[in-house]
Amino acid sequence: MMSLELLLKDYTLQIVALGSAVLGAVSGVLGSFAVLRKQSLLGDAVSHAALPGIAFVFLITGIKNTEMLLLGALISGLIGTFMIIIIDQYTRIKFDSALGLTLSSFFGLGLVLLTYIQKLPNSNQAGLEHFIFGQASTLLKRDVFIMIGLGVIILLVVALFWKELKLFSFDPQFGKSIGFSNVKINVILSSITVVAIIIGLQSVGVILMSALLVAPGVAARQWTDKLSMMVILAALFGIFSGVLGTLISSLVDNMPTGPVIVVVISLIVFFSLFFASNRGIFWRHIKHGKNKRNINDSRVLINLYELALNHKDVYHPHKTEVINLTNNKDKGNANVIKRLLYLCEKGYAKRDYFDTWSITDKGIKKAKSIIDNQGGESL
Amino acid sequence: MQKHVIEVEDMTVAYEEKPVLWDIDINIPKGVLMAIVGPNGAGKSTLIKAMLNLVKPISGKVLFNGLSYECQRRYIGYVPQRGSVDWDFPTSVLDVVLMGTYGKIGWIKRPGKKEKEKSLDAIKKVGMEEFVDRQISQLSGGQQQRVFLARALVQDADIYFMDEPFQGVDAKTERAIINILKELRLRGKTVIVVHHDLQTVKEYFDWVALLNTKLIQYGKVDEVFTDENLRITYGSTDRVLKGEV
Ligand SMILES: Nc1ncnc2c1ncn2[C@@H]1O[C@H](COP(=O)(O)OP(=O)(O)OP(=O)(O)O)[C@@H](O)[C@H]1O
Ligand SMILES: [Mg+2]
Repeated sequence: MMSLELLLKDYTLQIVALGSAVLGAVSGVLGSFAVLRKQSLLGDAVSHAALPGIAFVFLITGIKNTEMLLLGALISGLIGTFMIIIIDQYTRIKFDSALGLTLSSFFGLGLVLLTYIQKLPNSNQAGLEHFIFGQASTLLKRDVFIMIGLGVIILLVVALFWKELKLFSFDPQFGKSIGFSNVKINVILSSITVVAIIIGLQSVGVILMSALLVAPGVAARQWTDKLSMMVILAALFGIFSGVLGTLISSLVDNMPTGPVIVVVISLIVFFSLFFASNRGIFWRHIKHGKNKRNINDSRVLINLYELALNHKDVYHPHKTEVINLTNNKDKGNANVIKRLLYLCEKGYAKRDYFDTWSITDKGIKKAKSIIDNQGGESL
Repeated sequence: MQKHVIEVEDMTVAYEEKPVLWDIDINIPKGVLMAIVGPNGAGKSTLIKAMLNLVKPISGKVLFNGLSYECQRRYIGYVPQRGSVDWDFPTSVLDVVLMGTYGKIGWIKRPGKKEKEKSLDAIKKVGMEEFVDRQISQLSGGQQQRVFLARALVQDADIYFMDEPFQGVDAKTERAIINILKELRLRGKTVIVVHHDLQTVKEYFDWVALLNTKLIQYGKVDEVFTDENLRITYGSTDRVLKGEV
């Protein structure tokens, strides 16, 4: 609760949290498309590619002006993106190799430059390393306003091209065949993704930015089968982890923000993977078990019904072994008895004497309707 | 004036160094229902994609009613191979069918009531009205195929290209689909279908193209769908390329 108090009182923290919220929302929205287009790794490459740009700008200007540094990041991020596209288009190197190549070469160059900068007799360089893991507390009010401005632009672009983004995420070939240019959509989507990455560099850093881009989309996908819902949920997850991560990291001295945000969003992902209502592993398991039991109940009832039909007296009792149609006598019988007891409880069957059972009128009616519905009716 | 609605001239396509399509020339008259037949990897899908400008040919040109694809694409419908998309995508049947109207709507504008009605009509036509709001991940293969067909129907095109529309559908759905295709032909549309079942070619189609990298033969089914031509088509690709066919 201490953090909540802190948030309510501390104006600077509010500003920083606001910035993280915008970042989370934008990442969630764009990440949803990245996940659906199976291009999660593109963001990874682009964010790593931003690092040398930051170092270069500092080397040239010698001062730590955020806008200039981010401009450098933007330029080298874009160069990285185009490098990937060109390698993919014009060489025989596959897309994922092109990503790996760009990511490691740019990031390596960035690290070399940063190490060199550390050795310079310039007191300004302190804090540049924050771009690696992110430090939201270094955000100034002005930075946050820039983030909000860019964030709003990104969201507007997504809203404007919603139909095209959907079409291209689902079926790009068809989209092309009806006259929408692949290149245009790709340029639009890549540019806003690069911008989103740039606005995340200060608070999340180059290494983990891609996690923030991908994770909310993955988590949201578990909860819904509707694109608009998925995008909104992803934005909410992004906002939540952005704000919470920022608060936690500001409570602990020198705790980088990026890793904390990523831990929070990862927890959301794990929770979603297990517990999401329709796709989560946990519920799927339970639902599956329930279905199986239900179908077994029906089958036992149908067996009983068919036995009754084959007998002069429909209410004639039958032994469990006769009702059990599985090969396994011991385990099968125990199971069938369980099912039969359940049927008795519901009034579909009656226990006669020890383990002999007969069907009731209600059971006959139910069995008929189950057969009519081809098993589609539950007990 | 134009006698042929589709004219393909000198088309050669290669993804890597070996050509996948070699010097294809086809002229297809208006109002035919034509099958493209050939073994796996013969280049059937590639031929369609090259005609629709989805892959860039090394050489050759394609004319639709005398003009280029770019000019005529509003009048051309396309059913891709079902496996070409991820059916786990979070969207509904209606949404996918609506995509067929996007081409006429153009950039940025959204489909309205008129488009929605058209899509619902097409969905009904393919017998999927029960599934309008169903998530596409919960469809069977045959149902997916019908969704793609409905999406092409809303395109309201004059020429249709369909890549294996019968793949993985049961006999009943196959009959439903072929009836729709025959109705399109009755309305003067030209329909080009990649087809795998040689048994039904004679029954379903009036024209056929036999393809194995080269175009072996094409024309009226009665004339070109012969055992001899089939033997050549389904023989080895190398022989087709080397031997004079
Ligand atoms: N994107 C691609 N990159 C490289 N090679 C490709 C590509 N697409 C297809 N090929 C190759 O081109 C050849 C023709 O492929 P195509 O998909 O046109 O065959 P097809 O006749 O449609 O086969 P199928 O009956 O299996 O659908 C194949 O050998 C295939 O391996
Ligand atoms: Mg094919």
